[in-house]
Amino acid sequence: MRRTLRTAWRIARKDVVIEARSRELVYTTLFFSVACVLIFAFGLVRDGHAPEEASPAILWATIVFAGTLALGRTFERERESETLRALLLAPSERAAVYLGKLAGLLLLMAGVEITVLLLVGLLFSAPLLRAPWLLAGLLATGTLGFACVGTLFAAMLMRARSRDVLLPVVLFPIVIPVVIAGVRGTAAIFAAEADLPTALMWLGMLVFFDAVFVTLALWTFGPVMSEG
Amino acid sequence: MSKITPVLLLVAAVVFAAAPFVINGAPPEATMGLVQKIFYFHFPAALLTLLSAIACGLASARVMFGSASSTADAVACAAAELAIVFGAIVFVTGPLWGRRAWGVWWQWDARVTSTFVMWLVFWSYLLLRRFGGAGSEKLSAAVGLFGMALAPFVYWSVNMWRTIHPPASVVPKLPVDFAIPLWLSVAAFACFYGALMMTRVSLGRAEADLNALIVEMED
Repeated sequence: MRRTLRTAWRIARKDVVIEARSRELVYTTLFFSVACVLIFAFGLVRDGHAPEEASPAILWATIVFAGTLALGRTFERERESETLRALLLAPSERAAVYLGKLAGLLLLMAGVEITVLLLVGLLFSAPLLRAPWLLAGLLATGTLGFACVGTLFAAMLMRARSRDVLLPVVLFPIVIPVVIAGVRGTAAIFAAEADLPTALMWLGMLVFFDAVFVTLALWTFGPVMSEG
Repeated sequence: MSKITPVLLLVAAVVFAAAPFVINGAPPEATMGLVQKIFYFHFPAALLTLLSAIACGLASARVMFGSASSTADAVACAAAELAIVFGAIVFVTGPLWGRRAWGVWWQWDARVTSTFVMWLVFWSYLLLRRFGGAGSEKLSAAVGLFGMALAPFVYWSVNMWRTIHPPASVVPKLPVDFAIPLWLSVAAFACFYGALMMTRVSLGRAEADLNALIVEMED
């Protein structure tokens, strides 16, 4: 277990170092997120006001779109230099490779989410500080639910034809429950009269989804990444 | 084709032919009237969609963790296709019923939404299989497993959230006059489902055998 976590940490650190040097994913994903929020703003704002319920949906839709973009590129990078094959051939557990890639993606998405949150707060007057810990919990569990499924499918689709198209096709239907829980929980916090027990209920639901999805992803990563 | 397939088809045809008369003979429901009779087709189709999701998931687990088996792969593929077909029946009959019961064709109800999401997962299963290229059987098996994981949410969604969809508990409590045509309809759908499943599985196995022969010839 300890060895697995240490290997996972090394793989995550490798991804962070590569990203710190190139800054390719950070810049492109951040720019994409900002453009995404602005498109929503132009589409929804009328006479200077956005609909009350719009901000949670914009927040989560942007996170999902930006996350998908980051997922595709993270693994495309590994494919171009055949480095995932090398990782899989290394004398370490497959679960460690999966956890390492997942941790790297979570770090990147956390950075993107902070920017998107600030933008949504600024442009849509969302009350970000009403229940900050609960909002952070929803975002953390929602992102984990999205990223754990996304990492599995992005990795396995590396060998597939039409992988760019197939990643969102496969990923979005599976993560819809996570997005619903995230949007409903955030909407309960952002509502004119905040409903924190409801937000807490959705947080519990997200924890449950995470437990199911992480278990399934860890269970299936090894077999789907084997060549046979 | 299996020997039992024509028998299943024959039984399904006879029961389907008798079903309209039996359903017509059932007493009209007090509030819904004639539209309630959609239920006799909606419920069996929904039941078999859920069953398909579980069958696809279990066969996918076998594909992924068991020894190489063309039967398991054929069952997973057939179950995913049947989930789409029977799900389509659910999503045609459901809105017809909903228009009369709820006043709208579509309601973002927990049961409706969760079933729709599960249906989409099986669409993505088939899209991945069709366009994923070589080795997509194993990749789509992972999608099949996630699709099966959604099945319990679909079943319990009516208990977990306040919904306007009738709960699953109404079925065992149905009066005999309603229960007889319903279970007759379920039997007809089940026989038809069995026949389709067996035919598709044998076709899938024949495809796998043919592909193996082609590979052998090329080597």
